[in-house]
Amino acid sequence: MADDEIILSELDDEELVLQMHDDLYDGLKEEIEEGVRILLDRGWTPYDVLTKALVAGMTIVGADFRDGILFVPEVLLAANAMKAGMAILKPLLAETGAPKVGKMVIGTVKGDIHDIGKNLVGMMMEGAGFEVVDIGINNPVEKYLEALEREQADILGMSALLTTTMPYMKVVIDTLKEKGMRDDYIVLVGGAPLNEEFGKAIGADAYCRDAAVAVQTAKDFVSRKHNSMA
Amino acid sequence: MIPADRELTEAGLAPQGRGRILLIACGALAREILDLKAANGWAHLDLTCLPAKLHLYPEKITEAVTEAVAKHRADYDGIFVVYADCGTGGLLEQRCRDLDVEMVAGPHCYSFFEGNETFAAREEFTAFYLTDFLVRQFDAFVWKPMGLDRHPELRDMYFGNYDKLVYQAQTDDPALDAKAKDCAERLGLAYERRFTGYGDLATALSAL
Repeated sequence: MADDEIILSELDDEELVLQMHDDLYDGLKEEIEEGVRILLDRGWTPYDVLTKALVAGMTIVGADFRDGILFVPEVLLAANAMKAGMAILKPLLAETGAPKVGKMVIGTVKGDIHDIGKNLVGMMMEGAGFEVVDIGINNPVEKYLEALEREQADILGMSALLTTTMPYMKVVIDTLKEKGMRDDYIVLVGGAPLNEEFGKAIGADAYCRDAAVAVQTAKDFVSRKHNSMA
Repeated sequence: MIPADRELTEAGLAPQGRGRILLIACGALAREILDLKAANGWAHLDLTCLPAKLHLYPEKITEAVTEAVAKHRADYDGIFVVYADCGTGGLLEQRCRDLDVEMVAGPHCYSFFEGNETFAAREEFTAFYLTDFLVRQFDAFVWKPMGLDRHPELRDMYFGNYDKLVYQAQTDDPALDAKAKDCAERLGLAYERRFTGYGDLATALSAL
């Protein structure tokens, strides 16, 4: 054992959480799992472990990705580590009745099989307290509509990586309009070739350039919706 | 003389200063365009290339093309942009319209090499495409930027939804065929070689 090796269980809570932020940044899956278990053993609520250790750490990763300090491979490793931590927390969160902010149906559009961005958004939304129903890749409009109705969702999230598939988002939104369902959902869109102008042009509520923006935008819209219903 | 791939990737290619029409192209298309020029005797076409590495940062392509148009416009009778949409989400097309310059039609070079209509009709969205350039530069454009040299465990996160690698061959080269096959194996995908030649690229340039 190297002299400078950090023993997670010997750190106090504050040091451990900061170390977990570092470990998440470095994509160290096993260390994150160990850190999560230690905090739970010390009596932390699953919700606090999720938000203070994992989500806060992943927020740093997201900011550095946005600023061009980290790149996709590092973000994926961090996401894998966070996913491993969340796998421990998920059943406990359900048992302890952590707050639920809203429900989102998310999927990649028809003709498109890319799901890295979608998966990151789904994970960060879950971390922020949203219930996420991921309907996968290559989704025709019928599948979106069926999931939205079945799940009684608040938010529809659509993702596309290709210039050739992104126009399909408009097909989904137009169908929602035709069926008189458009105003029942907050529609968020994202993906590398999209931009704000495109989001507006197709009638989405917002274009989200990354997972952090998606979470914040979803929170803002949900709280506005609740306020308007109050 | 054909410039080296590394030069085309990092720096691009300066114009020769000969010809009425300047082609502003992606560095990944330099060899193909120079080959077409030589084969057809298109002395009226000059070529400059932007660094092929912009392929990795599509959000930078539109501005880079705009700067190149501004830099060279006064020296030529006309300019033609040899990029497809290339992941710019329609922004490059819009900018070319604003600048009053024409560009190659299609979503990607994979599409115009095969022919845009044929490519679209295939609806082959579980295929990952490589061209001659991308086979030669597989490590620089795929393996390393995706971090697979350092973290091979990420492979299935990137490629798990693909089922085959299609090598769109612009030329008949057994060495490239063998390398493309090896690329497919490294990505865990089935392999298909498809000879395309220069497709719509030749048609677009012959009209200038």
